[in-house]
Amino acid sequence: MATKRDGCDGCADITCTSTKLILAQDIAKNVVTAYDRVKSRGMSACLFGSSGTCCRNCNMGPCQIIDGVEEMIGICGATAETVAARNFARTIAAGSAAHTDHAREMVKGFIETAKGHGPHEIKDVDKLHKIAKIFGVATEDRDKNEIALELGELALAEFGSQDEKPLTMLKRAPQKRQELWKKMGIEPRGIDREVVEMMHRTHMGVDQEYKNIMLQASRCALSDGWGSSMLSTELTDIMFGTPVPRRAIVDMGVLKSDQVNITVHGHEPLLAEALCMAAQEQDILDLAKKVGAKGINLAGVCCTGNEILMRRGIPVAAGFIQQEMVLATGAVEAMVVDVQCVMQSVAQVAKNFHTDIITTNYRAKMPDAVHIQFEEDAALESAKTILKHAINNYKKRSKVFIPQKEKVDVVVGFSHETINNMLGGSFRSSYRPLNDNIINGRIRGVGAIVGCDNYKLSDENHEIIARELIKNDVLVLATGCAATSLGKAGLLCPEAIKFAGPGLREVCETVGMPPVLHMGSCVDNSRILIAATEMVREGGLGDDISDLPAIGTAPLWMSEKAVAIGQYFVASGAQVVFQNLATTGSKKFHNYLLEGMMDSYGAVWNVAKEPLEIARIMIERIDAKREALGINKQRERVLFDMKMRRDLDAGAGIGDVGCTGPQHNT
Amino acid sequence: MSKIICSAAIRGAHKILDMAEETYEAAIKKYGPEQEVSFPNTAYFLPVIYSMLGAKVQTLGDMKDIFQECRKLLPAMVSNDLWLPYLAPALDAGMATFFAEEMYESIRYLNTPEFYTKTEDPTSGNIWLGAADDVIFRKRGVEFVDGTAPGFAAIMGAPPSKEIASKIALELQEKNLYIFMHDENNGVRMADQLVEGGVQVGWNTRLVPFGPTYTSAVFAIGFACRVAMAFGGIKPGDYRGNLIYNKDRTFAFVMALGPVSDEWYANAAGAINWGFPTISDYDIPEVLPTGICTYEHVVSNVPHKEIVQKAIEVRGLKVNIAKIDIPMSFGPAFEGERIRKDDLFMECGGGRTSGVEVLISKEMSEIEDGRVTVEGKDIKDIKQGENLPLAILVEVAGREMQSDFEPILERQFHHLINYIQGIMHMGQRNIMWVRIGKAAVEKGFSLAHFGKVLHGKLHQEFGAIVDKIQVKIYTELDKVEEVQELARSVYAKRDERLGSMADDTEDIFYSCTLCQSFAPSHVCIITPERVGMCGAYNWLDGKASYQINPTGPNQPIEKGECLDPQLGVFKGINEFINQASRGAVTDLSCYSLMTDPMTACGCFEAIAAMLPQCNGIMVVNRDFPGMTPSGMKFTTLAGMAGGGAQTPGFMGVSKHYMTSPKLFMAEGGLKRVVWLPKMLKEEIAEKLKMRCEEMGMPEFFEMIATEENGTTEEEILAFMKEKGHPALSMEAAV
Repeated sequence: MATKRDGCDGCADITCTSTKLILAQDIAKNVVTAYDRVKSRGMSACLFGSSGTCCRNCNMGPCQIIDGVEEMIGICGATAETVAARNFARTIAAGSAAHTDHAREMVKGFIETAKGHGPHEIKDVDKLHKIAKIFGVATEDRDKNEIALELGELALAEFGSQDEKPLTMLKRAPQKRQELWKKMGIEPRGIDREVVEMMHRTHMGVDQEYKNIMLQASRCALSDGWGSSMLSTELTDIMFGTPVPRRAIVDMGVLKSDQVNITVHGHEPLLAEALCMAAQEQDILDLAKKVGAKGINLAGVCCTGNEILMRRGIPVAAGFIQQEMVLATGAVEAMVVDVQCVMQSVAQVAKNFHTDIITTNYRAKMPDAVHIQFEEDAALESAKTILKHAINNYKKRSKVFIPQKEKVDVVVGFSHETINNMLGGSFRSSYRPLNDNIINGRIRGVGAIVGCDNYKLSDENHEIIARELIKNDVLVLATGCAATSLGKAGLLCPEAIKFAGPGLREVCETVGMPPVLHMGSCVDNSRILIAATEMVREGGLGDDISDLPAIGTAPLWMSEKAVAIGQYFVASGAQVVFQNLATTGSKKFHNYLLEGMMDSYGAVWNVAKEPLEIARIMIERIDAKREALGINKQRERVLFDMKMRRDLDAGAGIGDVGCTGPQHNT
Repeated sequence: MSKIICSAAIRGAHKILDMAEETYEAAIKKYGPEQEVSFPNTAYFLPVIYSMLGAKVQTLGDMKDIFQECRKLLPAMVSNDLWLPYLAPALDAGMATFFAEEMYESIRYLNTPEFYTKTEDPTSGNIWLGAADDVIFRKRGVEFVDGTAPGFAAIMGAPPSKEIASKIALELQEKNLYIFMHDENNGVRMADQLVEGGVQVGWNTRLVPFGPTYTSAVFAIGFACRVAMAFGGIKPGDYRGNLIYNKDRTFAFVMALGPVSDEWYANAAGAINWGFPTISDYDIPEVLPTGICTYEHVVSNVPHKEIVQKAIEVRGLKVNIAKIDIPMSFGPAFEGERIRKDDLFMECGGGRTSGVEVLISKEMSEIEDGRVTVEGKDIKDIKQGENLPLAILVEVAGREMQSDFEPILERQFHHLINYIQGIMHMGQRNIMWVRIGKAAVEKGFSLAHFGKVLHGKLHQEFGAIVDKIQVKIYTELDKVEEVQELARSVYAKRDERLGSMADDTEDIFYSCTLCQSFAPSHVCIITPERVGMCGAYNWLDGKASYQINPTGPNQPIEKGECLDPQLGVFKGINEFINQASRGAVTDLSCYSLMTDPMTACGCFEAIAAMLPQCNGIMVVNRDFPGMTPSGMKFTTLAGMAGGGAQTPGFMGVSKHYMTSPKLFMAEGGLKRVVWLPKMLKEEIAEKLKMRCEEMGMPEFFEMIATEENGTTEEEILAFMKEKGHPALSMEAAV
């Protein structure tokens, strides 16, 4: 029974209007949410668990370790830093595994599509050719499906690869970063193998040196960022189309009182794409009409929402933290879920209404849900079965409350290809204008706001950080539920430039872009890696990702995937700020993450709780990089005479002002 | 802000494309799809379309695909709120605009053949010249390549008065820029303003009236596209290469004078793709963030008195101008200006009076630097039409000065004197001819100004070898005759020295990479007996240039071991060229057309091509517009010979090399030559006949065919048989 409706002692106040409006309704009075459970659980989090020093890796324990107390090391002798590092590394392994299993499904779906099975087709042939080139697949005079099949099989082989060859996509990284990985011996090999090795090395009695453990943790995370996540993003783009700028809406107001509302929740877009296609079929529309609905309204929740938002402009109703609220409207006929971040509570919330929770993946079932297995080889048929089930529920709908006004316009679709194109058009596409305007100081730097929602901090945290960043001329890239939250805050629409500092505003006005760019779901953080690499390649901002005036944050992280993302960012040279880490129980290890990693990676983890504090750290780090690059001062205008033009060819050109000499085609 | 600009540009592009398509539909109806279309005398088809898309538009029917491409590029209008990014769509719309305008203009050539004069200068009835043909383009392109012209101003509209028009034109000329003029402002056209203001317009003064409507702006862009293809070796269809090349090297910009229409915005947006920003005198929004252009993209509301300075600053151009203290304007833009009879105040030399110019070196102590004397009457002492004899004697001294450098310095007189606005100089040595215009006299011209110019500029350009310069100018006949006498003896010594220099006796050759700013992989090798193919740089120039600037474009090369005397292969040359071309060219034969011939940037005076059927070689000069026996005109041949690649059977050559003993030595020398345009044959007739004598075949001169004898291989073969041409009995060259 929900008792308090604006958060509780254990969690931050609820600030999100649509959440507040819904929970205040009579029909929602029996809905129990995460906020309620924090209160009803009545106990605070375990100190050892939350500081990373509870070891459950063998049956001698569990052992609670107290740093600095000699008697309080593990029964096996494991020290606080070993235990904290092992736990942290296992979190990374779990996060990577989630992305990896997601990616594997996408690659398999891609192969089926290449074979001509199922409803999908190879949509983005340009991108197919680009990725094929990276994998050494010949493209000339070849059918797109033939290329895709070869590419797909090579991609799939990367998961199970057993030889010592580094993952193919690593070579997309800046040269210097590749050399660093090689030198440190952390180039990931087989994608699955790195998770297995991580689990093995953190088993009782294997790797007991925290820095060594973190080497494998980096390798495991990199196999996610530059391996599975990147494969997933790129192949999904090829199959479903690379996102381009488009308009959409977010927040609960996207639900429709006179249509069959079906929310899709989870992560893999294969199912969601099939639902989108099936929902346009005449027999399904007819069926909806027959039950008295005006149509079928698909709406996204969590990262599935982001996937179909980016590629199809399908509205997003809610992020992770609102998955219970969207059901509490009483307006949802079915919530179709697949994998990751689906709270077990949704099936219980649904019991209050006519809503069905439909699980679709054999990996992910829950009590009180309806299971309709999504068959990829009969995707459209599966999707129709699911839709029909939902449509039939429509008649059972009783009282609903949809906060109609709570919907916000957004512009989304900023893949790294979009960024490249929007800065120069079809003929002059490049990152040059971005680099240029960072160098000349109009844009101070780039801040990525990624990750989840979490009851621990208030919903508006993303917004507060983003507003502070853009006010200080930092361009914001966003993914995942953080992006949804920023959309609800009205920062993903172009009119939001009025909140940006004068320099950023001018650049946004020139391009016509919002100050916060939605780059996709959480698996799409790989887009940020490529965008960062492109900035390095374009020149004038150093020769590695760690030189860029750029930094990321996952201020409301919840999922283990966020930690994997954090580690692959750091190992790639990009700093991150998290709200907390379960590593404080070991001073040595915690400091290693916060300071020690700088020597190896040129980047570290930062921890800060208050949103303005997070923003301050981000801006400071950006300013430090600007200083190191020597771009913190007013620059003289370089005027070219004939001699300088002649020298363009002799040397590497004058990168600062975009004169790159003859290497224009690379 | 930029949204207004992008919205207008996209709107404009829609209008332009609609208009062009309508014209096209009508033309298809009238002429049918097979109807040929082209710009006059060019091998680059419709150059923007050709360079960006690689598509050759040769018939009306070919346009169909391009219009489809335009429609694909053309974005939706920008919405008022919740807009999607509009910069990229506006740039694409600008590109579609140029494609559409190019097709529109080519149909105009078809519908109204007399709309443009197709000449270098305006005709009596028509001021609008239209697109530059390849002859004009190559001639002017050289100036882009060697830096005499850093770029161009594409002007849309007109300033409020003819005085301001003249002033803006003059300032742009003083920055050495070409000025391309298009469209009107409230019925007034800038080219007309200039003519009314007594300013000479045409290619020769770099004030080029392209067309009376905005669509002719595409001629300016097409010119830039051709520069990249002809000199930069950028392949058609390599759009990014072409655009970046122009951004980095062609310092062009759009100057919009007057209210900016949607159509102007569309053209301006298109130009940004090339890195060409827009500077406007009108109150329109600005786009200041950088990135696609080197600096700002649109700068507006600029007062007329600052507009030229602002424009070159925005484009990122530095023009090094040493101020010469004379009352007339001075610079390369005035070199081609003509003094016509009606404008003439007086003239010297050129058969009217005795005229001579000569430069000699002296001891340091004998010269007072900066001293300029005029003995005899000066301009102020005479009336209009009173022609004077003239001798210009320049005496120089310097620790690094050598007598070998005298002719090089002396050769500068021609263009330096021509640089003075209102003065025209022709010829050299004792056949020099100077015309002094009324305009110059009105501004206070004195003959002493020749001295000031020569003193100032020779110091500036040759400071590393001359320390002191004094100039003596005589207009009294007996003094002039004295200088004539001195000059004759100097010339005789010089000619003897030049004649004795040979490839076999010199160990050092010189490289020339002056063109590398525009032709990155091309390297010229200059030998005593092979002048650079542009005709402008001989071996002594290389030597002097190296002395002046030891790290400059002319480097001495130890020719090293001779690996093949007939082909002219030298170890040292090969090593150098491999390195200087960054591996693009590894072997070079100095005397062969067929085996590893020399590469070319594109600014050659003439092209040699093998005629397989005739077993001989033809040479065609740049100015010859007609068909040649190779089945190609000069413009097409230039595409094969230029761009920095070795193409056996095609090679750029200078006219001077035609009479060198080393000419085509590997193929049998001059005896292999079977065809020359009449104009070229006549130009070099004297020396050519001498060479024929030297090789013991005085009758050979008559065996070389010209277009009068034929323009096909069959005709030439017949002519050769009739004359008993020696190439017929030589071994097969192919």
